[in-house]
Amino acid sequence: MLDTNNITKKIKMNKQNSKLLMGNEAMGRGLVEAGCRLIAAYPGTPSSEILGAVVANRDETSHDPLHVEWSVNEKIAYEVALAASYTGKRAAVIMKQVGLNVAADPFTRSTYIGTKGGFVVIVADDPGPHSSQTEQDTRLFALFAKAPVFDPASPAEAGAMIEDAFRLSEQYEIPVILRPTTRICHSRQNINIGSVKKDGATAAFEKNPGRWVATPAFLTGLHNDLNTKLVNIAGRKESYPIRHYGDGSSKTCVIASGMAFANSFDLFEELELTEKADLFQVQLPFPLNSSFINNINEQYEKILILEETYSVIEMQLANRSIQGRSDKTVPGCGELTPDVIHDILVQFLKLDIAAEPSPPPARGRRPSLCPGCPHRASFFAIKKTFPKGIFPSDIGCYTLGVNLGAVDTCHCMGACISQGAGFYHSYAQDNGNFPTIVVTIGDSTFFHAGIPALINAVTQKARIIITILDNSTTAMTGQQPTPQSGVLVDGQPGNQVFIPHIVQACGVGFFKKCDPYDINNTRKLLKEADSYIRSDYGGVAVILAKHHCLMDKSNTIQQPRFRMEISDDCIGCGICTTQFECPAISLDEEEKQAWIDQDLCCECGVCDVVCPTGSIKKVEGN
Amino acid sequence: MKQQMKQQIIVSGMGGQGVLFVTRIIAGAGVAMGLETFTSETHGMAQRGGSVISFVKVGSFKSPLIRRGQGDLGLFLHAQNLEVHGNLLQKEADFFVNSAVSLPGDNLPANISTIDASAIARELGSPVYTNLVILGLTAGSGKLFCPVDELEKSIKDLSGERFSEANLAAFQQGIEGLNK
Repeated sequence: MLDTNNITKKIKMNKQNSKLLMGNEAMGRGLVEAGCRLIAAYPGTPSSEILGAVVANRDETSHDPLHVEWSVNEKIAYEVALAASYTGKRAAVIMKQVGLNVAADPFTRSTYIGTKGGFVVIVADDPGPHSSQTEQDTRLFALFAKAPVFDPASPAEAGAMIEDAFRLSEQYEIPVILRPTTRICHSRQNINIGSVKKDGATAAFEKNPGRWVATPAFLTGLHNDLNTKLVNIAGRKESYPIRHYGDGSSKTCVIASGMAFANSFDLFEELELTEKADLFQVQLPFPLNSSFINNINEQYEKILILEETYSVIEMQLANRSIQGRSDKTVPGCGELTPDVIHDILVQFLKLDIAAEPSPPPARGRRPSLCPGCPHRASFFAIKKTFPKGIFPSDIGCYTLGVNLGAVDTCHCMGACISQGAGFYHSYAQDNGNFPTIVVTIGDSTFFHAGIPALINAVTQKARIIITILDNSTTAMTGQQPTPQSGVLVDGQPGNQVFIPHIVQACGVGFFKKCDPYDINNTRKLLKEADSYIRSDYGGVAVILAKHHCLMDKSNTIQQPRFRMEISDDCIGCGICTTQFECPAISLDEEEKQAWIDQDLCCECGVCDVVCPTGSIKKVEGN
Repeated sequence: MKQQMKQQIIVSGMGGQGVLFVTRIIAGAGVAMGLETFTSETHGMAQRGGSVISFVKVGSFKSPLIRRGQGDLGLFLHAQNLEVHGNLLQKEADFFVNSAVSLPGDNLPANISTIDASAIARELGSPVYTNLVILGLTAGSGKLFCPVDELEKSIKDLSGERFSEANLAAFQQGIEGLNK
């Protein structure tokens, strides 16, 4: 039995050359050190900072060119990187967990077809979830697609596993997944900085239609090869889980992976459990080491499995007496935080610890659109113009339009346009009457998955208004450029693709642009669009609401500023705080008076039109 | 402070208040002192003005997270978060809180220091310095694992030339605020 392995040795502290790195930075650094030659990604929390870290370390790769790109979506990123692997070079693709749903098509086939150069897929999961639409477990997706998956328990491990993942991929010609979770991505730790590997490979694609084209006739054979690869990988001694506590003589063990292992390790020390049970860490949850499966099932009488977020190790151990998710010892959803694991361990080991009273903490303040956010003005105009409208929206900062009552649905990237069309067809078929359906979609989301949906809505004669909220950036994930920005990930100029050209090419019959800061004009255009969609020749109407994002402070400085004040005429109706919902405006309920927090106000000057009594005013002379 | 130089610190505030920056300054001091240092941060949707929290752990830990009732020390950039994140700290932990008013007496932790950091920051020219005033208050108490000069070095390292002086001034005001 191995009590230590490669990865553990590699991350031993070396004070001379260690830096405090975020997990995402450690993985970015790891990709560069591994001599990776093409890296493609689409931003999404918690994975977004990995590609930036690659770029930050790229000056050390001058001996080997490295192509880095923000792709338009995850499917495209996957395919671009996969082809680079076909040429024999190391390549990687990075995304968040729901991004793998978008890339599912190329992903599931790529395990059958295999790879040439090392191919690593970093998919960041979000147990909790903190900033995602599901808390799905990529390890289970890997099992489904039959791809090996690493599960790091610290930022240092995540960085160190990248080289191991490339080697595994190269040895078996198979895509290998590295699955960090939010807590790994966004933790910082002192991490050793290694040297950058010189690769020197040149592109060499060897034609082999039986493999790269792989018509159905070849697939049974390829599938059989894949199964053999997995059996061999499960038999590698390097993937035998590490025993951190216990000498192997106990009849009780805890098996954990990823962040659940890190939390368990600290709790073993805090609760003095090191003599009470053996603690194993699984670094490769799929395919689970085959002798480990046998040994565990033979040796231990009491077994607890702690893994996020679904049952992957538990399923492969296939032992009915295991305690875990199947017998509800472990909750079926949510993050395995130290608090949750504490209570599980107390129960599993029957510890004599009094239950700690833990009243649920008060909910904190909810997030909201920034002061001066152009989306707020767009949402206010939409809601005011069509109080009875239906408002499908999408993924991004602008989902927060829900606070203004101007977001009714949010599903997955690009869904808002198709959902808008679906709402229309369902209403219109009843008696021809339909509510005004105003879809809101961000610029980056539009490029990601909105374009096929727009073509479909136009073709199918949907009568809907689509407002493209164009703030010229991918704001939520940290200001990545969009195809319209004409800027590449490293700041170099790229080619621009313009939204108006796309909208027109999709056959949209009504297309107008506005600056949403001018709420009255936006409302006027919305009414025109409504007349258009209801006219005899009506169809899809698109309004491009364009105003830059203020997360980039240089934009705030450049735009005209208006100091605002609220006069005593205020009647305390609360429209500015509930329907406009600017964080800089609060309502004193007792005094029936709204007031502006000048520390938060960015002086955009939009809010004066919001007040029904005209009490919000621009201060004269400013 | 616990034996073997182990300390668990929380930094709590609203998105946009500079919680991450304070976290990195404290962690930077830990790394400079050669200690094993771990942080955990909030990113994504919650950063848009919602309640956010970061952890700093120094010493031999594997997890960056802090369990309820285990934290040694807390910096609260917004008093409203005391209810939300206060339960992560031990009863006898040290609380450093930004508040314009003295907090109501019931259920307050035993060791609490408050300062109107927002007002001090405004006097210095911008509310963005609130986080450094609270850090100064905390540093001046001597309860942090690291000395004041390590934090000053870390502030200089992370601030960039343009803000270094103003950040250090805010930090100094926090230290002095304790003695007022």
